[in-house]
Amino acid sequence: MLRICMGVILVTLAVLLYDIFSKGLPAVNWEFLTQAPRKGMTEGGIFPAIVGTFLVTLMTAILAVPMGMACAIYLNEYASDNWITRLVRMSIRNLSGVPSIVYGLFGVVLFVQFMHLGTCILSAGLTLGLMTLPWTITASEEALKTVPDSYRQGSLALGATKWQTIRTNVLPYAVPGMLTGTILGLARAAGETAPILFTGAAFFLPFLPRSAFDQFMALPYHLYIMATQHHAIAKVRPIAYGTALVLIALVFFMNLTAIILRYHLRKIRKE
Amino acid sequence: MADKKGDIKELLVKGFFTLNGIAVVLVLVGIFTLLVITAVPAFKEISMKEFLFSPDWNPTGYDGEKYGIVSLLVSTALVTVGALVIAVPIGIGAAAYLSDIAGERVREIAKPIVEILAGIPSVVLGFLGIVLIGPVIAKLFGLPNGLNALNGSVLLAIMALPTIISISEDALNSVPMSFQQASLALGATKWQTIALVKIPAALSGILASCMLGMGRAIGETMTVLMATGCAAAMPHGLLDSVRTMTATIAIELGEVAYGSTHYYALFAVGLVLFLITFIVNMLSDMVLRKYQNVER
Repeated sequence: MLRICMGVILVTLAVLLYDIFSKGLPAVNWEFLTQAPRKGMTEGGIFPAIVGTFLVTLMTAILAVPMGMACAIYLNEYASDNWITRLVRMSIRNLSGVPSIVYGLFGVVLFVQFMHLGTCILSAGLTLGLMTLPWTITASEEALKTVPDSYRQGSLALGATKWQTIRTNVLPYAVPGMLTGTILGLARAAGETAPILFTGAAFFLPFLPRSAFDQFMALPYHLYIMATQHHAIAKVRPIAYGTALVLIALVFFMNLTAIILRYHLRKIRKE
Repeated sequence: MADKKGDIKELLVKGFFTLNGIAVVLVLVGIFTLLVITAVPAFKEISMKEFLFSPDWNPTGYDGEKYGIVSLLVSTALVTVGALVIAVPIGIGAAAYLSDIAGERVREIAKPIVEILAGIPSVVLGFLGIVLIGPVIAKLFGLPNGLNALNGSVLLAIMALPTIISISEDALNSVPMSFQQASLALGATKWQTIALVKIPAALSGILASCMLGMGRAIGETMTVLMATGCAAAMPHGLLDSVRTMTATIAIELGEVAYGSTHYYALFAVGLVLFLITFIVNMLSDMVLRKYQNVER
């Protein structure tokens, strides 16, 4: 009975992945990965979308990784159990539940209009960065928690200050774990569409973005366009499948990197 | 002197990290404030009564603009309830299987698989809703196309499952061993022990997991945008096309003029969405905290 529940999930996942792989693989070749779309996006590849997703994820990381780590250090190393700390924790939990489209609205008002950044990589990256923040904080704090207290006490007993202790005795052990969780968060951000709809993603661009203030094409948005907005939907279905496959492959590759990193860390810890 | 310099540095470092912590609070407050500020101008032209109680949402209507949120709310509720009806039994069943029946090896394979499910981008699921699930639904029910609330519910169920499974499994695992030993010793079968002892004991954790899954389903945009047809009318059942709050914002924000009533009205919808998910998350958080306290 319970086995059936798990079975349903496995079969569902298998069917979904099989559909994407079997129909996406024939569309993916070297040209598809390295060329721009041609002839009203009915031919050619998705190279600009791959570049755009890479750039916007980089921008996301620039905001979310340092800020997430710093906030985690505050929570795990400095914060005492008072109302401020409780407020910070409550905010993190609620931020992780804010719908992605609401982050999009926030990005439109704050970055695009109020700060006059316009629709560009920077606006989209910052919007995604804020969305990723609660995930990177939680992951970083988990990593800090695994560092034994004796490491801190030993350092403090020898007369080191708090910051020296954190820098030399806590962070070296926690940073790899922090990165693992961060990569998982960034992988989710790379696949998000709703926050970039109105903050910088473009339908089609004839050239690659040249600065952070340019618009960009992105894999998830490209898939959305190819699946629902294109004038010849049936004709571009193979391109849509190919884009879906590349997007899934990218997200899985990032996840896999994180999982392998985590596995190696555990082995090193045990030794 | 050197000591004093060191002290100042320590204080600065502490201040820096504290500021980062407080920045997170500011982000949440900032989102709420900006939503309110941008939503308020909408009510210069729309009455609050119309917005909250009128069923018609038609901002570009020929005979006058209509801004009633009720059909959007009903659409969101319909798709979400449908998703929970599918995901809750399967999710709890799978969690019980993982925590009580599966062996170590099965668990080690099954857990990453659930993680893979959580890692599929929502736009890909939406695409699969169009090309894979849609035709199946159309055939099963004899409809011209399968883009309706049911399709959205199936996809949202897939998205909510990983949350429900992982938190429910944690809750089940934290039930003390003595509970199930006592039950088994009294002659109960394994099935009776799971259904009548373990699941009731872990109920608050399981409830919290379902609420978190619900929060996720309410706020999800791309899957419902792509797979539910998005007809802006009051739905009558799961086989009708629906247009949720999230999808409405995603469709219309790209087309409105900045500063128009329609623009502000979309932010009002966003505000309602924010408040609903905020309340759902707060409640699930309280339930979760309660069970963790009991555990201690």
